[in-house]
Amino acid sequence: MKALWAQTGAEVRLTVRRGESLLLTLGIPVGLLVFLALTKVLPAPSGEAGFLVPGILALAIMSTGMVSVGIATAFEREYKVLKRLGATPLGRPRLVLAKVLSVVAIEVVQAAAVIGAGLAVGWQPGGGAEGAGAVVSSFGALGAAVAATAGFTGLGLLMAGRFRADIVLALANGLWLALLLLGGMLFPLSKLPGGLRSVADALPAAALAGALRSAMGTGGYVSGHDWLVLAVWALAAPLVAALTFRWE
Amino acid sequence: MVGQLNAVEIRSLTVRYGDLVAVDGLDLVAEPGQVVGLLGPNGAGKTSTVEVAEGYRKPAGGSVRVLGYDPWSERRELTPLMGVMLQGGGVYPGMGPAEALRLFAGYYRNPEDPRRLLELVGLERAARTPWRRLSGGERQRLSLALALVGRPRVAFLDEPTSGVDPEGRQVIREVIAGLRLAGVCVLLTTHELEEVERLADVLYVIDRGHLVAAGTLDELAAQAGRPVLRWETSPDVDTSSLEAQLGAAVREEGPGQYVADIAGSPSVVGALAAWLDERGLPLDGLRAGRAPLEEVYLRLTRDEREGDGGSATGGPGSEAGAAHSEAGAARKEAGAARKAGGGGAGIAAGTGGERTGGGRLP
Repeated sequence: MKALWAQTGAEVRLTVRRGESLLLTLGIPVGLLVFLALTKVLPAPSGEAGFLVPGILALAIMSTGMVSVGIATAFEREYKVLKRLGATPLGRPRLVLAKVLSVVAIEVVQAAAVIGAGLAVGWQPGGGAEGAGAVVSSFGALGAAVAATAGFTGLGLLMAGRFRADIVLALANGLWLALLLLGGMLFPLSKLPGGLRSVADALPAAALAGALRSAMGTGGYVSGHDWLVLAVWALAAPLVAALTFRWE
Repeated sequence: MVGQLNAVEIRSLTVRYGDLVAVDGLDLVAEPGQVVGLLGPNGAGKTSTVEVAEGYRKPAGGSVRVLGYDPWSERRELTPLMGVMLQGGGVYPGMGPAEALRLFAGYYRNPEDPRRLLELVGLERAARTPWRRLSGGERQRLSLALALVGRPRVAFLDEPTSGVDPEGRQVIREVIAGLRLAGVCVLLTTHELEEVERLADVLYVIDRGHLVAAGTLDELAAQAGRPVLRWETSPDVDTSSLEAQLGAAVREEGPGQYVADIAGSPSVVGALAAWLDERGLPLDGLRAGRAPLEEVYLRLTRDEREGDGGSATGGPGSEAGAAHSEAGAARKEAGAARKAGGGGAGIAAGTGGERTGGGRLP
């Protein structure tokens, strides 16, 4: 246990120390939320806090799992850190677990920051759900966040374990932009043209944004389609990452 | 487990990368408190061997035991007892020595005090400098310290002194000497003979995956060190005529630098002097003795390179030919260095040049 906590602490410290990572995981999501909610430059419902907060939470989760973890791990592989740690009693399973725990810790901070910023720009949590409905909603949101974290972190590690660090850097950032635009985070998927929309529907980004929006806002129930997409990515991405990962 | 266990025991190790055989039938034994040097040119299979012992690689054949454990299948039992220094890297680029040592200390049950280690390798002043801003020597010293955090019983050090300044080398040598005293088994690799001469108790010379010699420094020198006679005179003399005169192989190692494979008895020296005198050639830097270890090493790896046909006792012509082709470019450098350095450094410059030749082998 001591080794696991030491490693988790180190992972969090290193993430916090990387300015570009903080910008991506906190700065950009919170900035986008505040800017779009206050200026309402995008047509409704994109400027509404109730629409934006779940979308931005999805963006934050994607940024941490896929981009921040992916790039950091790619460089750790390039600098032979992963290889070296494999020869310590920490071992590889605990190293992966420490990464997962650090992602969770960072996501808690992100959620607090996004929700805090949302409240500041007039977001009213809970939507219509009350009592039992609110409980179902919270579990729905939490479940979707967990599944998406698994999927996105799997994608990040998939890239980190296969490609050179500078390639992962470009790839992860490019993917981040693509999924931001196709993820229904800033504007509804319904505004996308048909072809793009069907692509977006199969991506974890849109499923997460949709699931969070359902759970946190209007109905309280996450659609079966969103659950299915999230579950497939949550299983497939880490599995492929585990099968293809090269430690050195 | 019966009696004194060998710290590292490698039997007929074979390592393959696809079709390429990196290590072929290697045997190696290292005891506690012993510093064992794995010496060979780049690409000889040193790192492959060490990586099998560290549990990174599954051998294609043979058996490996480290402290009685199979490093591949019993890695979990072994990692708390083993220290590893990779060839470069291994540390978070954004982490300084103090933080890295504290983190690693967190992995072990009974770690060494990180502050003491920092002092031991002389990194107190760079304690908070991120790894990416450390010099090559500082990085190596940090890697060494990290290998020792868990109080290992066996330490694998891959090229511990490469890229390290003389001061850092001194520190690393002292640390390794301390490990020996503490009963730790140290297996280190290097392609620099000079380092291993200072560090190791026992030497394994490998080339192209084969063990070409093993033993203490003295044993190796005696085993392969033949008597030679060296002298200097004008360049490009007729060596075949001289060979007839001396009854031994003669080769020109550098411009005007000659070596004959024969003991420098008074009659041989007399024959040489007479031959030179007849042709009005000068005689300088005459020296008789055994080949230095450096030459032994180069000869061992060179013989290996000639394949199964050529052997250690092969004809003088073939050996001189191989020496010529391999060290040719280096010899020019040596010649230049010698001119720049002036007289008196003839033999040293010659060997320095040959070492360059050895270093550039594939």
